[in-house]
Amino acid sequence: MLFATAVFAPLLGALLAGLPGRVLGDRAAQLIAICFMLLASVCGVAAWVQHIYLGVPNGVVPVADWITAGDFRLQWALQYDTLSTTMVAMVTCVATLIHIYSVGYMAHERFTTSRFFGYLSLFSFSMLMLVTANNLVQLFFGWEGVGLCSYLLIGYWYDRPSACAAAIKAMIVNRVGDLSFALGIAAVFLRFGVVDFSTIFAAVPAHVDDMYHLLGTDFRAYEVIGVLLFIGAMGKSAQIFLHTWLPDAMEGPTPVSALIHAATMVTAGVFLMARMSPLMEYAPGALGMVTFIGATTCLFAATIGCVQNDIKRVIAYSTCSQLGYMFLAAGVGAYQASVFHLITHAFFKALLFLCAGSVIHAMSDEQDMRKMGGIWRRVPVTYAAMWMGSLALGGVFPFAGYFSKDAILNAAFESGSGIGLYGFACGSAAAFLTAFYSGRLLFMTFHGAPRADHHTMEHVHESPLTMTGPLMALSVGAVLAGWWFYPQFIGSLQQAYWQGALFNGANNHVLQRLEDVPAVIALLPSVLGLAGFAIAVWFYIINTALPVRLAERFRPVYLFLLNKWYFDELYDRIFVKPAWFLARLLWHTGDETLIDGVPNGLAELTVDGSRQAVRIQTGSIAIYAFTMLIGLVGLVSIFLFNR
Amino acid sequence: MPDINAAGFPILSLVTFLPLLGVVILGLLRGEEKDISQNARWVALWTTLLTFVLSLVVWTNFDPSVSGFQFKESSDWLPAYGVGYRMGVDGISALFVLLATALTPLCILASWDSIRMRVREYMMAFLILETMMVGMFCATDFLLFYMFFEGVLIPMYIIIGVWGGPRRVYASMKFFLYTFAGSVLMLLALLAMWHRAGTTDIAVLLHTRFPPEMQTWLFLAFLASFAVKVPMWPVHTWLPDAHVEAPTAGSVILAGVLLKMGAYGFLRFSVPMLPQAATMFQPLMFSLGVVAVIYTSLVALAQQDMKKLIAYSSVAHMGVVVIGIFTFNQQGIDGALFQMLSHGIVSAALFLCVGVVYDRIHTREIARYGGLADRMPAYALVFMLFTMASIGLPGTAGFVGEFLVLVGAFRVNFWLALLGSAGMVLGAAYMLYLYRRIIFGRITRDDLKAILDLSPREMAVFAPLVVLTLWMGIYPGSFTGFFDASTGALVQGHEQAMRAVQAVHYAAVIRP
Repeated sequence: MLFATAVFAPLLGALLAGLPGRVLGDRAAQLIAICFMLLASVCGVAAWVQHIYLGVPNGVVPVADWITAGDFRLQWALQYDTLSTTMVAMVTCVATLIHIYSVGYMAHERFTTSRFFGYLSLFSFSMLMLVTANNLVQLFFGWEGVGLCSYLLIGYWYDRPSACAAAIKAMIVNRVGDLSFALGIAAVFLRFGVVDFSTIFAAVPAHVDDMYHLLGTDFRAYEVIGVLLFIGAMGKSAQIFLHTWLPDAMEGPTPVSALIHAATMVTAGVFLMARMSPLMEYAPGALGMVTFIGATTCLFAATIGCVQNDIKRVIAYSTCSQLGYMFLAAGVGAYQASVFHLITHAFFKALLFLCAGSVIHAMSDEQDMRKMGGIWRRVPVTYAAMWMGSLALGGVFPFAGYFSKDAILNAAFESGSGIGLYGFACGSAAAFLTAFYSGRLLFMTFHGAPRADHHTMEHVHESPLTMTGPLMALSVGAVLAGWWFYPQFIGSLQQAYWQGALFNGANNHVLQRLEDVPAVIALLPSVLGLAGFAIAVWFYIINTALPVRLAERFRPVYLFLLNKWYFDELYDRIFVKPAWFLARLLWHTGDETLIDGVPNGLAELTVDGSRQAVRIQTGSIAIYAFTMLIGLVGLVSIFLFNR
Repeated sequence: MPDINAAGFPILSLVTFLPLLGVVILGLLRGEEKDISQNARWVALWTTLLTFVLSLVVWTNFDPSVSGFQFKESSDWLPAYGVGYRMGVDGISALFVLLATALTPLCILASWDSIRMRVREYMMAFLILETMMVGMFCATDFLLFYMFFEGVLIPMYIIIGVWGGPRRVYASMKFFLYTFAGSVLMLLALLAMWHRAGTTDIAVLLHTRFPPEMQTWLFLAFLASFAVKVPMWPVHTWLPDAHVEAPTAGSVILAGVLLKMGAYGFLRFSVPMLPQAATMFQPLMFSLGVVAVIYTSLVALAQQDMKKLIAYSSVAHMGVVVIGIFTFNQQGIDGALFQMLSHGIVSAALFLCVGVVYDRIHTREIARYGGLADRMPAYALVFMLFTMASIGLPGTAGFVGEFLVLVGAFRVNFWLALLGSAGMVLGAAYMLYLYRRIIFGRITRDDLKAILDLSPREMAVFAPLVVLTLWMGIYPGSFTGFFDASTGALVQGHEQAMRAVQAVHYAAVIRP
């Protein structure tokens, strides 16, 4: 009951705040949305406590029937286990804080904000549906629901062309992944005859050797399913090749970036991997792909993050990179570490975005870090919170990120496979870069000489309590979450905590061996992290001319990174432009000329033919008579010859 | 005398011919031109509403657990030739009857202010159209079916030709010639089948085995007729022209009901009566379906006319339906049926959405709009919902059908499923691009600055469609449960027929 309330309260809030919002007025709409979110978070945390500490067992909360078609049967139902309760508690808490923050952030809007709060609550509901789904199709419902809300919120300022473009891009790129996800669901149904998790997982060992014929070869069915689902996850979680939408998504209001494009929605792909762990464990090939893509994204996004100048884009690439870590963990079978990083990341990344929002707010909507600097005394709370978030992100002991990132790198190293070591190498390099760009962001934003114009600097002020309050609350999470949850999520208590919600194969001992790594390896990420910070200090505080010189010296590299490895340009060439070209070609040449050419041509032929017929009818009796005569002769001759 | 059926009275005939009573009343109207127009609107509205209420009896009294025809009526017509007046619905056709009776009153309401010329005749045409549509879905005699099937053309031809846009004559002629040309071949097929079976009773024909070569020719004849109606690529080009020139309500019926006639024909005749030929032509149908999805989705992307864009999207959606039907498994066929119903609702609603702004600004050119969200929030919301339903967002009607077809197609072949679902991506592209150009952005034109949001009448038109779209998405069971038994029987029948063929084949192979 508590659990269902936690899931459905935001929906009610969305409907009540969003639909009659114009009538109610802004204040009332905000109040309604926040009240329902508060209710949801109280219930969500209570449901989690019940499950973890009071021993309420795993279960399913049925809601209603959904689709029936022959032997394809589906229910609306909520899965009640550690994975879902943990996610619900996290999502509701972060969402509530961001709702509150938005009251302050959206105070100077041209539009009525009831629409904004309606979308935000609707998003929370969809996300909760996603994490509590007890079958793949319901998960897909939440999956598409969050996609819709993301689209609506990225395009919230619909009068900006860039926002509209970014919104459409997000939806379409995601849809590529979704298509693969839907195919994956169909593949699961074909194999198991059902789509609900408990039945699938129970049947997994029985179908291990099933083959699926594709591309002229036989593949193991689980590999096919695993890869299809993972491509879906890549879209939602912005992994390399399907990542291009995430940086553009920063066109949305900053609270949206914090909630959707950092803390919750983009982690849905990671969640999917964790949820499907009983199946993924039997698909080593697919897991190898997960590891490879995760590790590559992790490093790739970090390199771009080092040279971006828009404060939100830096954090966006950082999100991309951190999601890479999570997939890396899932790929080597350490799902617990993956979800652990998901939770700690939710706190510190939401915090970083909200801080960025607070800075943007203070700087009169300036987002370019080159025009900031020297404001740390004016915004002390934001400054302190940003430090905590950055230290957590950089993986500095004892902040949250340290525990989870360290566990992931250890797991990658311990997995022993070549791909795992590749992951370790990428992850370590990314750890260095992460610390570097975090430091760069901090120093460019807050330190040095002010680079904004006089007018802007006059207005720099600390944000109101509705904004700083959530910052402080999330700071607590960013500092403590790692240390507090470490034993339960991946440490000695992990089996008691997860209660079977995550599955490790019989030969998968990565978690038990986390602590066995050599001391050098265990210390490496921390050392690299400190080195990254140190270099950032050197570049942006001590010798500020150096970065510019470096950029000039290595101009091609710099441009390559600044232009995000030219992915957008590449996709424009190979997908967007050809699609438009084909569209016009098929329309004008295909439909209008070729296909319509036939009937129109026929019609003209008919018209021409009748014109000829008209011409014959000259009205001259002589010609008629002559023709009749010829006809008569012809008839008579036929008659005579055939007798 | 008609048989008395489950409802206690000949309900199907009543639903079919009640609109004609409205036509008679309309014919009797006398008075000033203005009064006649106003009265004609009310008479048409009440007639169609009454018809709809009456058709609800079909909904409530239908027994979804059995697969045969229900509410059967039959009386002799040409007994010597095995031709009779036979009516009845099964799970496959019952919901289309309801779709037709539900959409017609909405069409009348949607035309309330926009049609000012020859209102009485317009309403008459719509009522006759309703009779023809309902009759077509109820007929269980092939000759009767054929008459209704062709009869639909005439009022539609008139609606486009008289109340249409500037190029209405070209469009209506194209519409008529295309659809009629195919139908002639169906008439030949009908004669051939009658010649063989000695009756035109569909229930009997369903159990008649036609020899394989004959099946091939019959299938091709049906294909010629139904493919144009669906419309399948490459005989689809009449549709965008017809939509563009038709008045809003005409487009609504065209997209909502008329496009379903072809696919309905496949389900009623081609698949169950000609199982071998249908299996033989399966690859062709899949190819045409896939081409339709990808080709027309791309063409839709480039359109500059709102109605043309939605018309092309209809062709793409119907491509999915064709794929679903020819998977011959229950998910595919259920999905196809559901997709037809949801497309009937959603595309009808999208054409109504176009109608709303067309009534105000009198242009369908997309570039003329932009920024409507500022002035028309309710409209933006409704339009968004139907846009999302059109691209198959879960929770809306569009998802269920598309997803079931995907599952059904996956059973057949991975690539079929992948290519057939390409609409998921391309559909999102053209619909969101359309929505962005109309609703988002800044208002720049003066006439748009004064544009008004939905009127109460328009809200009344949209409200039932909104409810249906969400209902079908969130609780599709009330619809799939309706036709599950019938499609199940269809699939089983097909499997049995194919097994029988194979048994004969094996026997022939083994014997020598």
